[in-house]
Amino acid sequence: MKTFDHVVKDELGIHARPAGILAKEAKNYQSKVTMKKGDKEVDLTRLMAVMALGVKQGEKVTVSVEGPDEDSACAALKKFFEEQV
Amino acid sequence: MEQFKGKIAFGGIAIGPVRTIGSSHQMVRRTRVEDVTQELKRFSDAKECAIEELKALYEKALPQVGEEHAAIFEVHQMMLDDADYCEAIEHMIASQQVNAEFAVATTGDNFAEMFASMDDDYMRARSADVKDISERVIRILCGVHESTDGDQHPAIILADDLAPSETIQLDRKSVLAFVTREGSVNSHTAILARMMNIPALVATPAGEVTDGTLAIVDGKQGLFITDPDGETREKYEKLLAAEQEQRKLLATLKGRESVTKSGRKIHLYANIGGVSDVAAVLENDAEGIGLFRSEFLYLQNNDYPTEEEQFSAYRRVLEMMAGKRVIIRTMDIGADKKIDYFNLDEEENPALGYRAIRICLDRQEIFRTQLRALYRASIYGRLAVMIPMIASRWEVVEVKRIMAEVRSELDAQEIPYGEIELGVMIETPAAVMIADELAQEVQFFSIGTNDLTQYTLAIDRQNNKLDRYYDAHHPAVLKMIKMVVDAAHEAGIWAGICGELGADTELTRTFVEMGVDELSVAPGMVLPIRKGILEAE
Repeated sequence: MKTFDHVVKDELGIHARPAGILAKEAKNYQSKVTMKKGDKEVDLTRLMAVMALGVKQGEKVTVSVEGPDEDSACAALKKFFEEQV
Repeated sequence: MEQFKGKIAFGGIAIGPVRTIGSSHQMVRRTRVEDVTQELKRFSDAKECAIEELKALYEKALPQVGEEHAAIFEVHQMMLDDADYCEAIEHMIASQQVNAEFAVATTGDNFAEMFASMDDDYMRARSADVKDISERVIRILCGVHESTDGDQHPAIILADDLAPSETIQLDRKSVLAFVTREGSVNSHTAILARMMNIPALVATPAGEVTDGTLAIVDGKQGLFITDPDGETREKYEKLLAAEQEQRKLLATLKGRESVTKSGRKIHLYANIGGVSDVAAVLENDAEGIGLFRSEFLYLQNNDYPTEEEQFSAYRRVLEMMAGKRVIIRTMDIGADKKIDYFNLDEEENPALGYRAIRICLDRQEIFRTQLRALYRASIYGRLAVMIPMIASRWEVVEVKRIMAEVRSELDAQEIPYGEIELGVMIETPAAVMIADELAQEVQFFSIGTNDLTQYTLAIDRQNNKLDRYYDAHHPAVLKMIKMVVDAAHEAGIWAGICGELGADTELTRTFVEMGVDELSVAPGMVLPIRKGILEAE
């Protein structure tokens, strides 16, 4: 399993639209991708659950990737988070 | 005549008949189904159909509101396809043998509830989105076709609430304004109204109004007035005419350079209070930002904003302004802008008290955080920083020393930063008198006429008994402005005005004649002032 931390930069946090693009992106990989805030962890492909985490600007999330393509998926997702949220 | 106060989602004036839109909410009955497989298929077909409709809506919205805002209909598609949402519905159909309509309605309510209970205004507003998608599926399941807004006379639309999809489906030409009894300024409907330039009020406690009743929407004061009397109606007709005049002006002056008849270029910038105002800056064709009040970052928080939060706000504004000058004023807290977590003492004379740079030089950790964020953001555009409430030269010297320390700190950490143009605000009579000395320390002056007038005339602006003594065009103030401009030019730096006086069209000619190099005004005043500049010698 690979993980990375990310501090959310978007002013509105992970609101509807970024949650949407994250869910879409996460579906591109075979690996299971989860995102954790505090003690709550959700499947990144599940849009409503991601929105319900209510991640705000400046908050830290931990993304975990587990599966056959975890190395490449983790690297790509890390870049994606940095650019998008 | 009746009058209701609502929250302003988008300004502007509208006068016209009311058209009420009933709730699209449909009553759903719970029934027992025998063939669960068939019912699951009904749901999945309706869902696919809803997604198709949303795709079409997205295409319709795209040219009207742009990609960023049309994206909500893409998000709606994804929400409909969300595994948790669909599984909850399917599970309910299968385990309780209920009809799809009921399962969708119940699940929609549950998810809406979940968002409604979140502690963040923005996310709370998302419950409307969940309701919107659920209503869509239910409507399809009931076999009702989407209502389209045909040839209708222009009207003020009154509804309990409007779903984003309802908003976008209304024909722009038949809508004068939106008034909703519920809803929030953060709702997508409010955002869409802003993008479509339609006056809109939300959370307006209006009762039942018969269709066709004449009404007025005052988006400046947040008023919804039904059955206006003759006097009120006349007043608003004038305001509306002035607004339309302004719009015409906008069209002819956009894209033109702010140059006087003799060919002198005046920098015409806009004042903003936050990242969201940048849209208005671009819309009104300002040539830069002359005053970015950084206080908003402090006022909207419950604790000191972090370096990261500040960096991202500054960076965003710089990026959006794409290389145009952005002047950020370091925090001006104190006086009438009090913040709990600063723990400031009560003062007898707050305007003459502990505020702005005086706090920054005392509590340097706050100031250093802001400067670090500014330096880090500086590589994303053309950044200038100005310091408020300067009265003595040593204050500027100390600011520059702290800035140098921040730069060495960044160097040591190998964090990149760019050039920052440094200026001071001239808002105390002391700063006017020593402008020649201050000009040796900085690259520009920006005159804050509100405070300068208050301090020069010794008039507390909050005290309305003093109105007759308050003269915005007082010769003392105008002479001071002239002195500041002369001192700046003598030293080879530039001087501008960012206070309210800068937006006074009666004075534009005077300022141009004085040699003022820059005027920074509210976004809505940019074009009227440009007109004044073009007409000046």
